[in-house]
Amino acid sequence: MARVKFDVVIIGAGKAGSQCAVSLRDEGFAGTIAVFGDEPSIPYDRPPLSKAFLTGVEATEDLVLRAQSVYADQKIDLILDTRVIALDRLNHTLELEGGDEVEFDELVIATGARVRPLPFDGVDLDGVTGLRTIDDAVQLRARLQEADRVVVIGGGFIGLEVAAVAASVFGCTVTLVEALPQLMSRTGLPESAAYVAAHQRALGIDVLLNTPVKGLRGEGGRVAVVVLGDGRELATDVVVYGIGVIPGTDLAESAGLEVANGILVDRTLATSDPHIWAIGDCASYPSVFTAGVVRLESVQNATDQARHVARAIATGKREPYVSVPWFWSDQAEMRIQTAGLTTGFDETVVVGNREDGAFTVLAFLDGRLLGGDSVNASRDHLALRKILGTEPSLWSALLTPLAARAKEFSLREFARNVDSLKASETVL
Amino acid sequence: MPKVTYLHADGTEDVVDAQDGVSVMRTAVTKGVKGIVGECGGELMCATCHVYVLKPVNLASERSEDEDEMLEFAASPRRDNSRLSCQIIMDEPLDGLVVETPEAQN
Ligand SMILES: Cc1cc2nc3c(=O)[nH]c(=O)nc-3n(C[C@H](O)[C@H](O)[C@H](O)COP(=O)(O)OP(=O)(O)OC[C@H]3O[C@@H](n4cnc5c(N)ncnc54)[C@H](O)[C@@H]3O)c2cc1C
Ligand code: FES
Repeated sequence: MARVKFDVVIIGAGKAGSQCAVSLRDEGFAGTIAVFGDEPSIPYDRPPLSKAFLTGVEATEDLVLRAQSVYADQKIDLILDTRVIALDRLNHTLELEGGDEVEFDELVIATGARVRPLPFDGVDLDGVTGLRTIDDAVQLRARLQEADRVVVIGGGFIGLEVAAVAASVFGCTVTLVEALPQLMSRTGLPESAAYVAAHQRALGIDVLLNTPVKGLRGEGGRVAVVVLGDGRELATDVVVYGIGVIPGTDLAESAGLEVANGILVDRTLATSDPHIWAIGDCASYPSVFTAGVVRLESVQNATDQARHVARAIATGKREPYVSVPWFWSDQAEMRIQTAGLTTGFDETVVVGNREDGAFTVLAFLDGRLLGGDSVNASRDHLALRKILGTEPSLWSALLTPLAARAKEFSLREFARNVDSLKASETVL
Repeated sequence: MPKVTYLHADGTEDVVDAQDGVSVMRTAVTKGVKGIVGECGGELMCATCHVYVLKPVNLASERSEDEDEMLEFAASPRRDNSRLSCQIIMDEPLDGLVVETPEAQN
């Protein structure tokens, strides 16, 4: 049983883990760094798996986050196809699959999440798949090329993106089934969700809301029928499900670290053990943009948190993490972009024109702006990010629902004004 | 294959063969050229692919309005010749392109 020691060990070679290693070097960290990942491929990007990679426009080499040579040049030990199976907090050691031990001074847990399995029988049938890895996407693409009928279970972003690709690129007959009365119910606002539903329908997708699924039935080992809650049956060739994920908390939990949906960290992103950090999809943290703790699944969250923890480790300074959350989703020609955290809102205002198909839904709580969804309105989205990234005392009393409802209100102009207020503030 | 030259703040440079139809950002990332991150994968969401175009000079004016706004979020100062390299797609006429990578991307 071999035993090695690194100054920093990162578990998980995904978006967050890879970024954290590289950022440590950017911050001037000179110690040893190891990144352990259980997937065989070098760290890659997941968003294209339901977009340009699924359609076939992008190839596997386009997904690579950084060339292999970057890790070697920066003296980052990237150890792939190797799962970390235990964490011993007292001795600051990890156990690898195969029995080897690794010692660390600082540990960053970036274990991401895995697809939440369907809660009923039939998941093992041929033709039933979730979507998280390159292998999943390669397999799904092959299925879509051959399929006539596709059922997507779950009206979240991934399900919606897959449905759009299946219908508009592969010409499949697609039914999207969602148990709740609204699409994107976890993060989307009602107005943008309604627009997305209409857009999916315009692509020819049959969108069934308020429709739970009871189970799947196969024929000769292949999926053939999706049985709905009310007994209706949908004949199909392929079932894709996107009903959320299970965050990678197992290691932390068995080591006695606190877990609340994700691995619980404080405002600096440290766990209850000051030398163990958690970032990305696996971490729950108190955000300045909402009440309570949140666990976000986005590129922005993974990379900004990675940089934040790298800086804390490299400099020894522990600061609160305050980056503005943002996210995007592409469905055929439509793009939806969100900024801020809008859960818990009590009022919405639509800026722009819904009929033109380019608008932003702003969400407020007690008259305070929480954030918003922009539909085909990238510049509004960026304006919103700029506003939310500025000290709220400079603008929050000015950007009320009433102000946003005014005919002449423009997010971009407001952002420019906030910018000049900020500039004069710095001068003073 | 069209060539791109990446000049870096530390005085070093990389000269790389680009594939037709592939962006200057993606070319840098897949070849391990430092100084370009491309965090959003070329989706005009992140501005971590910022470059200064030195040659040809007219390329700087081909920015779209969205790219223009996104450049506001770049970590290094924006200049007249700033571009987001995920929006520059390589082809034969661009052979000999020279870009400078900024001090910081995020
Ligand atoms: C299909 C799809 C589309 C998406 N689209 C978008 C989008 O448009 N915009 C957006 O912002 N976000 C999108 N996302 C979300 C985004 O990709 C994730 O938020 C991001 O990948 C999270 O990075 P991470 O490093 O935290 O986790 P991951 O990328 O999941 O990486 C974690 C890695 O750790 C490994 N691992 C776990 N446990 C262990 C262990 N014990 N030992 C070793 N290795 C381990 C995992 O196998 C994995 O490789 C999408 C995700 C998917 C799946
Ligand atoms: S790679 Fe994100 S904007 Fe160019």
